[in-house]
Amino acid sequence: MEPTIELAGLEVQLAKRKILDNLTCSLTGRTIGLLGPNGAGKSTLINTLLGFHKPSQGTARVLGEDIRTGLDRIRATVGFMPENDSFIANMTAVAFVRIMAELSGLPSEAALERAHEALYYVGLGEARYRKLGTYSLGMKQLAKLAQAIVHGPKLVILDEPTNGLDPPGRQRMIRMIREMKESSEVRLLICSHLLRDIEETCEEVLILKQGRIVHYSNLEEERKANLRFVELETHGEDNGFIEALEQLGCECAVAGERRLKMVLSEGIEIRDLYKLADARNIQLRRLNYRRDSLEDIFLKAMEVANGRL
Amino acid sequence: MAVYKRSYKGYEGPLTSRRKRFLILSRYAARGIFASRIVTGLFILSFFYPLAMIIGLYLNHNLSVLSFMKLHQDRLFDVNGAFFMVFMTVQSAGAFLLTAFFGPNLIAPDLANNALPLYFCRPLSRTEYVAGKASVILLLLSIITWVPGLLVFGVEASLSGGAWAWEHRGFAAGILLGSLLWISFLALLALALSAWVRWKLVAGALLLGVNFVTSGFAAALNATMDVTWGSYLDPAKLLTAIYGEFFGMDLSLGVNTWGALASYGVICAFCTYLLSRKVRAFEVVR
Repeated sequence: MEPTIELAGLEVQLAKRKILDNLTCSLTGRTIGLLGPNGAGKSTLINTLLGFHKPSQGTARVLGEDIRTGLDRIRATVGFMPENDSFIANMTAVAFVRIMAELSGLPSEAALERAHEALYYVGLGEARYRKLGTYSLGMKQLAKLAQAIVHGPKLVILDEPTNGLDPPGRQRMIRMIREMKESSEVRLLICSHLLRDIEETCEEVLILKQGRIVHYSNLEEERKANLRFVELETHGEDNGFIEALEQLGCECAVAGERRLKMVLSEGIEIRDLYKLADARNIQLRRLNYRRDSLEDIFLKAMEVANGRL
Repeated sequence: MAVYKRSYKGYEGPLTSRRKRFLILSRYAARGIFASRIVTGLFILSFFYPLAMIIGLYLNHNLSVLSFMKLHQDRLFDVNGAFFMVFMTVQSAGAFLLTAFFGPNLIAPDLANNALPLYFCRPLSRTEYVAGKASVILLLLSIITWVPGLLVFGVEASLSGGAWAWEHRGFAAGILLGSLLWISFLALLALALSAWVRWKLVAGALLLGVNFVTSGFAAALNATMDVTWGSYLDPAKLLTAIYGEFFGMDLSLGVNTWGALASYGVICAFCTYLLSRKVRAFEVVR
């Protein structure tokens, strides 16, 4: 699959301060998370990808288009939901979303039709004729999402999409992001400082700190790998259970009395463990998969402040 | 995709021409401008004077109507440089007043509500954004300045004959060039001030203030220092000097036409610089 975003030695300076420092990586996932503490350079990276800031060195490619030469083509295929309040106060939601669709190149009638659809899609159908200035914070977030997807972009960039949302609003936003991801017509780049949002929606995560990449993680791969790592608690005499597991190709380590940690070898399923235990008259009292949460990954990454990919 | 099908779907239909896309901003801006009753009222009001002048020109050339109205004179007024000077000054003042009411509404709300990232994340450049907004001012002010001006000139030419039109062709050039200069100046000033202060009421007041303050300052400078170059700081006087040159009037304003053009150039360049600094998706705080 064509990389969604490629960074090649990207460096950005603002007001003579280096904000992004030599970023190099290739991100191919359908949903990419951008994580980092405040001031890490997440929003600057997004703004640079959209051409709002010029790179001082290196370059980046969005869906194969170089940000130095193909900015117009990038902007035509990208939808952007900014972090802060961004709207036109004295416009109705439908007029606002329509003008944004028209500016993306849709003919007037198609823009109007898509504006209605986008507002219904985000759940603002009944409020679409209200002025944006009268919207609550959560509704403004949804209106921003509507304008980002109205022209059917190939990549949607969401900067802190759940900012200011109450728990039901957040759940709704996460659900919509998942639905978009599953529609397979769009890729998503989600920037957030909320680990849970990223964990629930993203396949790949790029963690930034002080303008540098400190960790890259393919969450899908990690989730698969975690399924091979098992913790067991047994009851009964050993009867060569560990040896039998090792003969199956599993790597085992005793983690305490009657507690085992193991990595399942290829082709070995959990039912094989039960069969083996049953044959040796051993009870399996507890069986856990290892689950490295994104929080663990993030905290480890933060410890390696000067790490590079 | 119908409204009831609430699922994400890409768009694969036709796209509009990239070059004409900035006119979308003009269309929406014009719609917003005429939502205001004051602006609509002022706009309509600015046609009264040209209409009265056209009627006056018709009467000027119809002695039978004049005698019917018991006006025992050959002409109501002379159609010369002074006539066009007054006409264009009135229309230009109207244009200024109108700009003060609707000009700041064009950019200030976008800046105040942080809407620029939404415009510029689309295939729309900063220049196109400003051009889209400025073209509304250019269009509306054209309708009340050089269009009626040339119409009045045309009416007089049709009544007086081709020889008059040829002899006074400089008037037509003055109407067109003077108006375009004034409109460009007003458009850039209104947009720059609204981009700078980001508050439409203040920007409107500032636009009015710029005219009166600079006039007062220029007069004070001339009086206290016993000079005439202070007039180069007064945009209204500069316009009068330019119109005076085209309409063959000796106004003795102490302003050289080329100097007036240069002054406008400097002000417009400064406004363009201000716009280039302020009209950005994100402003970098140093």
